[in-house]
Amino acid sequence: MEAVNEQKNVARGIDIQSMQRGPRVNLKDETTCLEVKDFNLYYGDKQALHGINMRIPKNRVTAFIGPSGCGKSTLLRSFNRMNDLIDSVRMEGHLLLDGEEINSPSVNVADLRRQVGMVFQKPNPFPKSIYENVAYGLRLQGVNDRSTLDKVVEKSLKGAALWDEVKDRLHESAMGMSGGQQQRLVIARAIAIEPEVLLLDEPASALDPLSTLKIEELIYELKDKYTIVIVTHNMQQAARVSDYTAFMYMGELIEFGATDELFTNPAKKQTEDYITGRYG
Amino acid sequence: MVTNHSQHISQQFENELQDIRSRVMAMGGLVEQQVTNAMEALINADAELAREVISFDEQVNEMEVSIDEECIQIIALRQPTASDLRLVTGIEKTITDLERIGDESVRIAKMALNLSEKDRPKRNYRELQSLGNHVRGMLRDALDAFARFDVEMALRVAKEDREVDAEYEGILRQLMTYMMEDTRQVSRVIDMMWSARSLERIGDHANNICEHIIYLVEGKDVRHLSIEKAEKIVKGEPID
Repeated sequence: MEAVNEQKNVARGIDIQSMQRGPRVNLKDETTCLEVKDFNLYYGDKQALHGINMRIPKNRVTAFIGPSGCGKSTLLRSFNRMNDLIDSVRMEGHLLLDGEEINSPSVNVADLRRQVGMVFQKPNPFPKSIYENVAYGLRLQGVNDRSTLDKVVEKSLKGAALWDEVKDRLHESAMGMSGGQQQRLVIARAIAIEPEVLLLDEPASALDPLSTLKIEELIYELKDKYTIVIVTHNMQQAARVSDYTAFMYMGELIEFGATDELFTNPAKKQTEDYITGRYG
Repeated sequence: MVTNHSQHISQQFENELQDIRSRVMAMGGLVEQQVTNAMEALINADAELAREVISFDEQVNEMEVSIDEECIQIIALRQPTASDLRLVTGIEKTITDLERIGDESVRIAKMALNLSEKDRPKRNYRELQSLGNHVRGMLRDALDAFARFDVEMALRVAKEDREVDAEYEGILRQLMTYMMEDTRQVSRVIDMMWSARSLERIGDHANNICEHIIYLVEGKDVRHLSIEKAEKIVKGEPID
């Protein structure tokens, strides 16, 4: 019977298989990029992260959601050791990037941050030209060759979907750009040094809806090349842009799974309450 | 997995969801009445009641359209997720099935009009009466299961559908015998066949509603599966 059906479908040129769709992604099939093992983090006496365990898959977008103070930004910042800047921070457990310990004393923090780029809520372009903003990372690395820089600037601005808007004013100040453009410029600056991971901390929360859509579109395009971890308060945004979603609450990882599944049929009541906007 | 009974932070949203739920119940009540009246019109050769069923269909249609509009409003303005999303989409599908049950009642009512002008058979449509009662029971229980979000009950109702199908087959065989015995009866028997067909379809729609209930409560899709598989999925047992 099935064989007959199969023949019929082929004859009609219909590929039934391709129309059937389970969840788009499955954690089991992914390569791990960042791994968090029994991770605790304290600000002084106060424990901000409690026993976090998760594997963030390579070349996928992973969103962290949760109410303010749940620890999602703290966890995100741990991935490129931004918490090192805070004296009272103490950490336990393991954070691994491609199997290498992030917090190992032998890791050069500057190298780490080159591999793990970060974009913040408020666009923070340098008070320089658009061109120099993008070239900044390379110049720091000692690259000054004009034609190399030209190429990288063009490629990065194209990568950040900004090239067409700014190609005629590359040497004007970045401060004259709109907020949305500035944010894409910052992303171009981050990808100019070809990191492996991009950490985005509320990248669109200060932008208008259209600029937000552009950033989301950009995130979608960037995931072919980068592993993206995004913290957002906007749940619809997390649902739209991410492949996986982690819901955190009071410093704990409550649920982590395919975004499709988490937003239609969450496994935990706390997740359900949060994403549907209910009292806990 | 979880159906949420705790309150929304937005009371307005909470009210909107409550409102569409109660309107589905109201529509269900109306449709149930339509089925009952159509069957009564058929059995009692009540042309007046049959006409009433036909004219009430407009109300059923209007309810479908207005609940549908409200669901679209909620999706557009509230962007529901998880159990709320499943509730809204489940309701969208449920009202489609309810509206079609309404259409089937109209078909039965039209047959009742035709038959009301013809001689009554000796058995007075007892076969149809029994099938009708069975199907009405299914619909009533499906609506109860919806009101209480009762998955167990939804599964029980879905099980009934197989029996309804068997009963329908039996009626068809019987009616064919009548036709062969007495060809003068053919036109009347065909009307009876159409009525039986409509009743069987109502059973199918009640079964669909139960599948929507299972989805909106449990987040598990049991469409197009045997009842045994559906039960296993609901209980979280492995299926082979």
